[in-house]
Amino acid sequence: MTTILKFNDIRKSFGELDVLKGIGLEVNKGDVVAILGPSGSGKTTLLRCLNFLERADSGSIVFDGVQYDAAKATKKEIRALRMKTAFVFQNYNLFANKTAVENVMEGLVTARRVRKEEAKAKALETLEKVGMLDWANHYPIQLSGGQQQRVAIARAIATNPDIIFFDEPTSALDPELTGEVLSVMKTLAQEGMTMLVVTHEMKFARQVATRTVFMENGVIVEEGPTKEVFEHPREKRTQEFINRMEMDDF
Amino acid sequence: MDNSVVSLMLDSFWKILKPGLQMTIPLTLLSFAFALVIATVTALVQEAKIPVLRQLARFYIWVIRGTPLLVQLFVVFYGLPSLGILIEPFPAAVLVFSINEGAYSAETIRAAIESVPRGQLEAGECVGMSWLQTMWRIILPQALRTAFPTLFNSLISMVKDTSLAANITVTEMFMQTQRIVARTYEPLVLYIEVGIIYLLMCTILTKVQAWGEKKLNARGYQRSAA
Ligand SMILES: Nc1ncnc2c1ncn2[C@@H]1O[C@H](COP(=O)(O)OP(=O)(O)OP(=O)(O)O)[C@@H](O)[C@H]1O
Ligand SMILES: [Mg+2]
Repeated sequence: MTTILKFNDIRKSFGELDVLKGIGLEVNKGDVVAILGPSGSGKTTLLRCLNFLERADSGSIVFDGVQYDAAKATKKEIRALRMKTAFVFQNYNLFANKTAVENVMEGLVTARRVRKEEAKAKALETLEKVGMLDWANHYPIQLSGGQQQRVAIARAIATNPDIIFFDEPTSALDPELTGEVLSVMKTLAQEGMTMLVVTHEMKFARQVATRTVFMENGVIVEEGPTKEVFEHPREKRTQEFINRMEMDDF
Repeated sequence: MDNSVVSLMLDSFWKILKPGLQMTIPLTLLSFAFALVIATVTALVQEAKIPVLRQLARFYIWVIRGTPLLVQLFVVFYGLPSLGILIEPFPAAVLVFSINEGAYSAETIRAAIESVPRGQLEAGECVGMSWLQTMWRIILPQALRTAFPTLFNSLISMVKDTSLAANITVTEMFMQTQRIVARTYEPLVLYIEVGIIYLLMCTILTKVQAWGEKKLNARGYQRSAA
């Protein structure tokens, strides 16, 4: 198994507030890592630091064999890393001035200089994969939340990233719309896509994640194969959190 | 209305409208086009937080917004020649109107850029686009949509403000009217007439604005709610 992403001792504070207190993890190719944890534990901040949407105070990131200083990476390094990663946001963040297909093409045409026709073919192919081909020419405001998120996933996979970061991709959705998004993610997982998924969907984590991480107060409390973490957690806090979350699911 | 008034208006209508078409409109359109370029660059420089340029942009906006347009026209047209810089009336007017409107529109565009949700920029950078590419392709189009009504209002104001160019010897509509008044001694009729022509031009622009907004809405643009 090859390591695709490894980060070490990531620290981040906002003013007085220490949000990440030295976090490290190793992710292998094909892993689907679920990151669980109570609100405010720093899950979003961690994902954002890994993609440099937020500057960590210190720490190191090794991605695809290249080392990055989490605090001091240059613009060029950051851009290189972003070319090989993708991010799916809680509130989709589709480009409001572009249609679904244009949203998917943008990263190909503008950032990677792929020819327009080629990019369009690829974009339509990915839209078909997430079941959004019929909506290719619609603008984001004309789509439901679940549809927007599926387009956002198409946009993420169109560039063939080595890893996709998901930050609670379904938590802004009405319950009846989460299923369509989760099933797209499940398909990706089965195809071997490496994913780091912050989620509150316990069922999804249990079924799809190969590994599960439990975070609290800016540290990783526990991590391991999903089955172990869910069924035989070593830490009492993990057990309590899972019990509480699974209660809510019913 | 007595006949002589009607025939005076009819006689002078074309004489006034002609410099309107030849001067007022080109002056407005050219100046506004340059102003938009200046404004966009000035807004971007501030958003990019480029150290020295940013201060320069603030300084430019401060000076221009704090001094009368008429004074700016006089400085360029009557003042600069004493430094050996002579500019023809029409180019001088274009220069001053562009620089003046550029400062106001820069603020309009900057506010509009800031009203575009932050996630749009982040999403652009996450698919691998540079800051400038994201600004140009994602943020600015949305910001200009938001700024469209305000910018269009500025354009309409500018049509009227070009009458100030008469003060630096540009023969636009208003100056032409003054000349006819000097010959005919009919200030009331003629000034009302030129007023009506400005009103017509602005009314047409208002229609264009409504049409433009409809077009933009049809293209899925939404005015970001802040
Ligand atoms: N830009 C910011 N400025 C100041 N404080 C911030 C900022 N971003 C996050 N925080 C704070 O950092 C802490 C961790 O936030 P974060 O969003 O990473 O938590 P989370 O685990 O994703 O929570 P949730 O499950 O609610 O999404 C919170 O207390 C939050 O208020
Ligand atoms: Mg979060």
